[in-house]
Amino acid sequence: MKNKAKSNGLFKRIVGNQMFIPVLAILILVIVNLVKDPSFFVVTWGLNNDGFPVLSGSLISILDNGSELAILAIGMTLVTAASGGQDISVGATIAVAGSAMLRVLCGGNARPETTQAPVIVAFLVACLVGMLCGAFNGALVSVFKIQPMVATLILFTAGRSIAAWINNNELPIVPDPKFAWFAGCIPGIPIPTSVFIAIACIIVIMLVLKFTNLGLYTQAVGINESSSRLNGINPTFIKFLSFVILGLCVAVAALIKVSRISTINYSVIAKDIEMDAILAVALGGNALSGGKFNMWASILGAYIIQFLTTTLYRFKVDSEARPAYKAVVVILLVVSSAPVVRNYFSQLAKQFSSPKKEVA
Amino acid sequence: MNENRILEMRGIDKTFPGVRALQGVDFSLNAGEIHALMGENGAGKSTLIKVLTGVYTKDGGTISLKDTGEVQIHSPQDAQKFGISTVYQEITLCPNLTVAENMYIGRGEGSLTNWKKMNADAAKLLASLDIPAKATQQLASCSIAVQQMVAIARAVDMECKVLILDEPTSSLDEQEVEKLFGLMRDLKARGVGIIFVTHFLDQVYEVCDKITVLRDGQLVGEYEIKDLPRVQLVAKMLGKEMDDLSDIKGEQGGYHGDDAGEDVFEATGLQSDAGIKPFDFHIRKGEVNGFTGLLGSGRSECVRAIFGADRVLQGTTKMHGKPVKIAKPVDAMKNGIAYLPEDRKVDGIVGDLSVRDNIILALQVLTGFFKPFSKAQANAFADEYIKKLNIKTASADTPIKSLSGGNQQKVILARWLLMHPEYLILDEPTRGIDVGTKVDIQKLVLELASEGMSVTFISSETDEMLRTCSRLVVMRDRKVVGELSGEDLTQNKIMSTIAGGESKA
Repeated sequence: MKNKAKSNGLFKRIVGNQMFIPVLAILILVIVNLVKDPSFFVVTWGLNNDGFPVLSGSLISILDNGSELAILAIGMTLVTAASGGQDISVGATIAVAGSAMLRVLCGGNARPETTQAPVIVAFLVACLVGMLCGAFNGALVSVFKIQPMVATLILFTAGRSIAAWINNNELPIVPDPKFAWFAGCIPGIPIPTSVFIAIACIIVIMLVLKFTNLGLYTQAVGINESSSRLNGINPTFIKFLSFVILGLCVAVAALIKVSRISTINYSVIAKDIEMDAILAVALGGNALSGGKFNMWASILGAYIIQFLTTTLYRFKVDSEARPAYKAVVVILLVVSSAPVVRNYFSQLAKQFSSPKKEVA
Repeated sequence: MNENRILEMRGIDKTFPGVRALQGVDFSLNAGEIHALMGENGAGKSTLIKVLTGVYTKDGGTISLKDTGEVQIHSPQDAQKFGISTVYQEITLCPNLTVAENMYIGRGEGSLTNWKKMNADAAKLLASLDIPAKATQQLASCSIAVQQMVAIARAVDMECKVLILDEPTSSLDEQEVEKLFGLMRDLKARGVGIIFVTHFLDQVYEVCDKITVLRDGQLVGEYEIKDLPRVQLVAKMLGKEMDDLSDIKGEQGGYHGDDAGEDVFEATGLQSDAGIKPFDFHIRKGEVNGFTGLLGSGRSECVRAIFGADRVLQGTTKMHGKPVKIAKPVDAMKNGIAYLPEDRKVDGIVGDLSVRDNIILALQVLTGFFKPFSKAQANAFADEYIKKLNIKTASADTPIKSLSGGNQQKVILARWLLMHPEYLILDEPTRGIDVGTKVDIQKLVLELASEGMSVTFISSETDEMLRTCSRLVVMRDRKVVGELSGEDLTQNKIMSTIAGGESKA
């Protein structure tokens, strides 16, 4: 009897954990793919367009294509936690940062013979632009107390036009094939560089969370701004900072996005990615109203979305119909992680574990 | 069942994970009776009320009503259907609707509303209960007491037989409390049974007929008010005999260091944007002083100005005679000033964070953004103060919001003590918490002072301030009107200073 109670406690602890739903989602996706077509998990050696040996397979493609989303999820988690709102301008600001990067790389020339500046300079400019966009959003939210979604609506609307204006509406092409290495594979390394960039970003944020009080301050501000202020925290700055960090994430995502095609398409690049980034935070079980957060859960959430997309792709779901399928899965995930539903199930579990008491 | 009895609860059990909140508690209520439910925080008062109103489902026991016999109450709607209404400490009405709308909203009598009839009915009811409000007036424009009364009127109109008042008086001033008591007596005469939950002993003896005392989730007993003198009530709540609450001052020696006379903090012409007149203030090492005055007289605003919690407009501040600039809370903290705010929920706790994070927060901020405490260090700090202040919590990982009010307050106190401040400001540290914790906090204040800490103590309960403070700054209408110390520290002297300062000046 005692043993049973103990195992029941463990069961409850697992179900109650924030990582439970995301991990369960991954498991279900894995099982569905295993049943339907085990070749999903086969990773093979193949030659890429440059003739170098690389690893290929669905798993690699999930890790590769999920990179931008995972990076954005980092910043979006902090913004959500600190401000209790979301930034819906990240897709548009990726276009702005990417466009600035191209402008520096191509020097305003649509078809340059050689790159006009080192990639690192172009990237730093993109970072600056991304952080400026973040600072703009952050100032509106933290100083002028505008609701995050309304504040970021401005760049959401104007961002892609600004991006086009930076390059005079031209679509410059980066002449250096090496630029494609940031999204593709560096010769000799069989895994796409984007995966390493994402891992690097994850390591950096984990180190920052471990070696600074960013996590504590952000959560405190998100939960109770007034009491945070009376404890010496500057809530305005913390909110502002979260947007600037998201801006930096946007710049890194822009580097990968632009590198994928060595050019840019202002109206299509990173389209709707803001919704996926917000979804990643929600799938991770983080409250969109702010406060406590779990960074790992958000990152896992990002890869779940990519896993789902790739799965649907493998099932040959029509590309037009894919969002509808995705929506169904998302509804299931979000509803099942809602506190109302979870409470109901934990009540149910209780009844099962103690049927005797019910009778009496 | 007794002829007059309208409610009988027998052997109520309720268990939460890890806690037996109620163990076989009995409670009964007669018609036309005001029955006080007393106990320390965590004794089970709220749980019992919530079982009765259907917020919690009981694990065992029976609830019977006069007309219907044994009933099962599964939801607040059920409770209302059976004629059990509750008015909570926090007003749960809609401030932007009119009084009449608030009285009839959500009663589900068809989809159409006859506004004229509704307003007329409301006006009649308000008049019959002698509530000074107009039916068409916006609720927010009424005083808190009147809002409280409107909530009661709403409950009464739903033909309630049992009315539960959960700490209705904690945000009211004396006259408002009197008005509320008038209404309660009126309802009593109409045969309504009232369950009154409060921390104020005076109020219990003023209006109640019977007292039921709970302790640690168990019933201590039910008493006629005349059979239970005040000291014994406290003793029953605490579970131990207590000679005299007011004697704690004698136990402390006071601070006798060489620098005892030295000013730790000094302010001249200090004014903030919270609407107080410029004031002068100083506190010596090891001294306990306080701000007193009626609610809204500017007591809290003064200490907030000292801490930099409100925007400081003018004035100079000195620590140990050296000028310092305090523009925001962190400046004050760097100078060794700590401030326990008046409103625990809004300004104090960070609800979702653990007890541990709540304890280390202030010291962590002071230590710096790039120097987080290690997990072991944070745990050591938390464990030290959980033990020192006897904080009742399942673990240091428990979110602070799931603790009882008194224990939350201790956590906030721990947060500031961990900072080892030179000057500690406590703004209403004992509001809404039980007698035992109140005494603990008062003792702690005197103990800290005897070790050389300077403390400013604010409380709405004058006797509490008289017990702890050696000097009182008296305020009226957002202005300092006097200062009392030594033999002048009496209830009468404070009253006359608050009331009659005008003629002297």
